[in-house]
Amino acid sequence: MKGLPPVLITAIVLVAGFAACAVQFPNIASTRVVGNLLTDNAFLGIVATGMTFVIISGGIDLSVGSVIGFTTVFVALAIEHWGVPPLVAFVAILALSAVFGAAMGAIIHVFDLPPFIVTLAGMFLARGASFLLSTESVPISAPVYSTVSDFALRMPGGGRLTAIAIVMLVIVVGGALLLQLTRFGANVYALGGNRATASLMGVAVGKMTVKIYMLSSLLAGLAGIVFSFYTSAGYSLSAVGVELDSIAAVVIGGTLLTGGQGSVIGTFLGVLIQGMIQTYINFDGTLSSWWTKIATGILLFAFIALQQGLVALARRPAAKPGGAVS
Amino acid sequence: MTALLPRRGIAQILALIVILAVDRVVSPQFFDLRLQDGRLFGSLIDVLNRGTPVALLSLGMVLVIATRGIDLSVGAVMAICGAIAASLADSHSLPVVLAAALGAGIVCGLWNGFLVAVLGMQPIVATLILMVAGRGIAQLITEGRIVTFTSPDLVWLGNGAILGVPVPVAIALGMLILTGAVVRGSALGLLIEATGGNARASELAGVGTRAMILAVYVWCGVCAALAGVIAAADIMGADANNAGLWLELDAILAVVIGGTSLFGGRFSLILAVLGALIIQTMNTGILLSGYPPEFNLLVKAVVVLAVLLLQSPKLSGFAGIMARLRRTKS
Repeated sequence: MKGLPPVLITAIVLVAGFAACAVQFPNIASTRVVGNLLTDNAFLGIVATGMTFVIISGGIDLSVGSVIGFTTVFVALAIEHWGVPPLVAFVAILALSAVFGAAMGAIIHVFDLPPFIVTLAGMFLARGASFLLSTESVPISAPVYSTVSDFALRMPGGGRLTAIAIVMLVIVVGGALLLQLTRFGANVYALGGNRATASLMGVAVGKMTVKIYMLSSLLAGLAGIVFSFYTSAGYSLSAVGVELDSIAAVVIGGTLLTGGQGSVIGTFLGVLIQGMIQTYINFDGTLSSWWTKIATGILLFAFIALQQGLVALARRPAAKPGGAVS
Repeated sequence: MTALLPRRGIAQILALIVILAVDRVVSPQFFDLRLQDGRLFGSLIDVLNRGTPVALLSLGMVLVIATRGIDLSVGAVMAICGAIAASLADSHSLPVVLAAALGAGIVCGLWNGFLVAVLGMQPIVATLILMVAGRGIAQLITEGRIVTFTSPDLVWLGNGAILGVPVPVAIALGMLILTGAVVRGSALGLLIEATGGNARASELAGVGTRAMILAVYVWCGVCAALAGVIAAADIMGADANNAGLWLELDAILAVVIGGTSLFGGRFSLILAVLGALIIQTMNTGILLSGYPPEFNLLVKAVVVLAVLLLQSPKLSGFAGIMARLRRTKS
């Protein structure tokens, strides 16, 4: 039941929003549009799943956008210039991302530093490293890319469920199961609830912190591979600002930013809401794309204010005046 | 000045001197200054001039961080205020333009401060909202175009000179003195530090913590607005997409390099500005040495990590690391 009410609200917002869009543009309610929406947001869904774990555990990972950028450049260069088979390149970059995340988690834990600033340094590092590799867009022409891009499951109504959308759905379902059904998931909630209590109850805080950031970076690496399939290129400036989009998706999905509550399914709905806003703006044609940012900001505010209200209600018996920042 | 320049500033000053020396090796003309058309020119002046936006941002940011907060929205606020200044510049007089831009900065600061102080949101989240939406708002003001202007008054703010000193540098210096006089000339600085040290205890001791928090975010908004106006005046236009992009990170970095703890409770204005100058001296040095500017990011990452590790509360020397590792293993 963890975090169910906020998720329900997210679901209602999504359905109501979709209905409103469909009333205005009947064409939106087709599997074609839904299929495209899933494909366009595949990388965001994957990276936001990892972010959900980090945020539930009480942390934050600002480096994911840069890791995606680095991954696309690395994969493109490895396949096109260094002659590495695509599969080997994928395994190498996933391993590299995992080590990168583990290192950030270790620094956060061992030196007791705020996750926000450590992952900020990680963001600079990964983006700088991708610039070092190449500052130009590197097209990928490996046969596996065209094969995968052509592959799609036909949905009724002519929609295409592409390979990268399927990967995203698998990750979302896998992430949800990992979070809800395993000891690892329970420990993530425990860490976010109260670090000291979790430690006293026998959660290995250090190991968990390392694993959580490793998972986030690993999924960011996977999102980078998916992104390279999506664009068929590697570019060091790709996915700038994705960390904000994914944090927004997590928050809109009802995950508490202070940690301890939330769900992967909610995050998935949050990704869909952002995709829906984008789709609406595309359909409308007269609105500029910057309305997406304003709408996302308003939604962010609405959901955080809602959470704040819920938390305040829950704490009312313990009446804590002052509203101090902590 | 003792209150402004504590002994712990020696490391930063040494760092600046070392980087300046490296720059001198890279570019022998680095310290050359010449006076032309009543304005000083040279690499050093260039460092000061280019460093102005980050220095201004760090002046506001350091106070916010002292209260244990953070303001991620300063880059977006720069874009909004730059856009307002650029749109009004050709039709209104300079005081009106400045008042509108600074007013917008105050409104942005009030919004952030309201979310943090009154609604009790985590600062990183509260300011994230404006960071995301702010650039959209700036685009709304410029209608998606890059707004250019020709008003000589506003251009003077970015490119003019007072007694040979570029106007942006003079403004930043003025703001440093003003901020220093207000927070260190009164008990205000102490109260801000108290709020960051322990908000609850300060509240019980009679400190108006909410008012303190609101005030520092407003001041941060004002500083960001000034930086936005100067950035717009410098390029004679407002680019809502790129004005102030990533500068919030530079400002935080400057504050961290300046030795202000991210855990709140103590701050130094002058060291934060020194931090901004260190960053800009590195940037200029990297440019002069012919490395691609992208190299900056890597250098910054290494610097911020090194400073953080030195600042780590769990770390006092090598013995601290070993003890910590042993405890982690057990």
